[in-house]
Amino acid sequence: MPGPTHVQATINGEDVNFLCEPRQSLLEVLRDVLGMTGTKEGCNDGNCGACTVIFDGRIVDSCLVLGVEIQGREVTTIEGLATADGLHPIQQAFLENAALQCGICTPGFIVASKGLLDGEPGADEGRIRHWLAGNLCRCTGYDKIVRAVLDAGEKMK
Amino acid sequence: MDWIDFATPKTVSEAVELLASKGDRARLLAGGTDLLVQLRGGRRSVDLVVDAKQIPELNELSYSAQNGLVIGAAVPCYRIYADNAIATAYPGLMDAATLIGGIQIQGRATLGGNLCNAAPSGDSIPPIIALGGVAHIAGSNGSRQVAAEDFCTGPGRNVLQDGEMLVSINFPTPVAHSGASYLRFIPRNEMDIAVAGVGTSVVLDASGQNFVSARISLASVAPTPVFAKDAGESLAGKPVSEATIQEASEKAIAAATPISDMRGTIRQRNHLVGVLTRRTLNIAVERARGG
Repeated sequence: MPGPTHVQATINGEDVNFLCEPRQSLLEVLRDVLGMTGTKEGCNDGNCGACTVIFDGRIVDSCLVLGVEIQGREVTTIEGLATADGLHPIQQAFLENAALQCGICTPGFIVASKGLLDGEPGADEGRIRHWLAGNLCRCTGYDKIVRAVLDAGEKMK
Repeated sequence: MDWIDFATPKTVSEAVELLASKGDRARLLAGGTDLLVQLRGGRRSVDLVVDAKQIPELNELSYSAQNGLVIGAAVPCYRIYADNAIATAYPGLMDAATLIGGIQIQGRATLGGNLCNAAPSGDSIPPIIALGGVAHIAGSNGSRQVAAEDFCTGPGRNVLQDGEMLVSINFPTPVAHSGASYLRFIPRNEMDIAVAGVGTSVVLDASGQNFVSARISLASVAPTPVFAKDAGESLAGKPVSEATIQEASEKAIAAATPISDMRGTIRQRNHLVGVLTRRTLNIAVERARGG
């Protein structure tokens, strides 16, 4: 059995080096190796979207990516959204629209929404609901989330 | 999940060598949306995962009128529907590529992986079969080609031998006046496994009023995806009409051997095959007429 693998990647714009085992998911690497616990574990099998990150420009479930697969690649997590100037417009819109209750699904929804609004800030309700079908929320009933994303889109135009 | 080794070959021959060295203890990783779930859930155990994504042939996505469509085994769904020329030429494939999982899944999942996973419910498999897709396989004993309808041999099983791998799925160029469609039935709007699914492709004559040929394939109604050959052939040379489409849908039902399970009953699935066959044929006809 060989030892852990050295991986070098860009996470939230920063050059990051870490050691991980090939069997570890990107989600495990983020949370357990790098201590970045903003990305949440929900179902751990690609159904709930709580662990959504942006991987080379596409949203993916980080539970379905191996940590070793991000070698030389770029990942954005929920920790990469706010800046020194304040919250990202999507984060702000989730607060203002009360688009969360327990909060476990929230980072996944916000990162997934960024994946949509960066390219399509004018996305309509139907497009938003379809885009977010891979994110589950058991508290809100989705309506406030969709309104928050519509609101954030207006600010990101 | 026990310890696994991870390899990132850069060529097909290197990958074949790695796979052959471990036999059934090695598995090729494309999008990982099936494999990683199976490994984590203990439904599959391997010693070596071989990443498919750094091999140029497996990343190829090309379409030309001369050579048809080549979808490398590691090409994720989003790349297929992001390509306007391919989306326009193969709307039946787009129907499937845009409804597999959610956006996160489509960012990783591949049609090659869907075919190799050989689930009876694999959404892309009926349109791949209906469109005459051919699996290009590489292995230690050379390469071979297998028609998509002959690829899946049982639930989760396919024709690949130890040391073999899928390189690409190749499709002929659509002929004039042709169209295709895939529909599935699920009780939710998104993110579900088909209770039944039907993929059809048709070729019409220049008038658009008669079938020249048709191919029909079914999901979730047998241990493997089904090629309903008789149902498609029943349309050849017939006029496009409610009666001929009805007859084809009855032959499609005859080709289905569904079971009753948590997702649906035999009776419901047979009914759905009829409904979805008629609907997809009508959509394929509209598309063939340029609608």
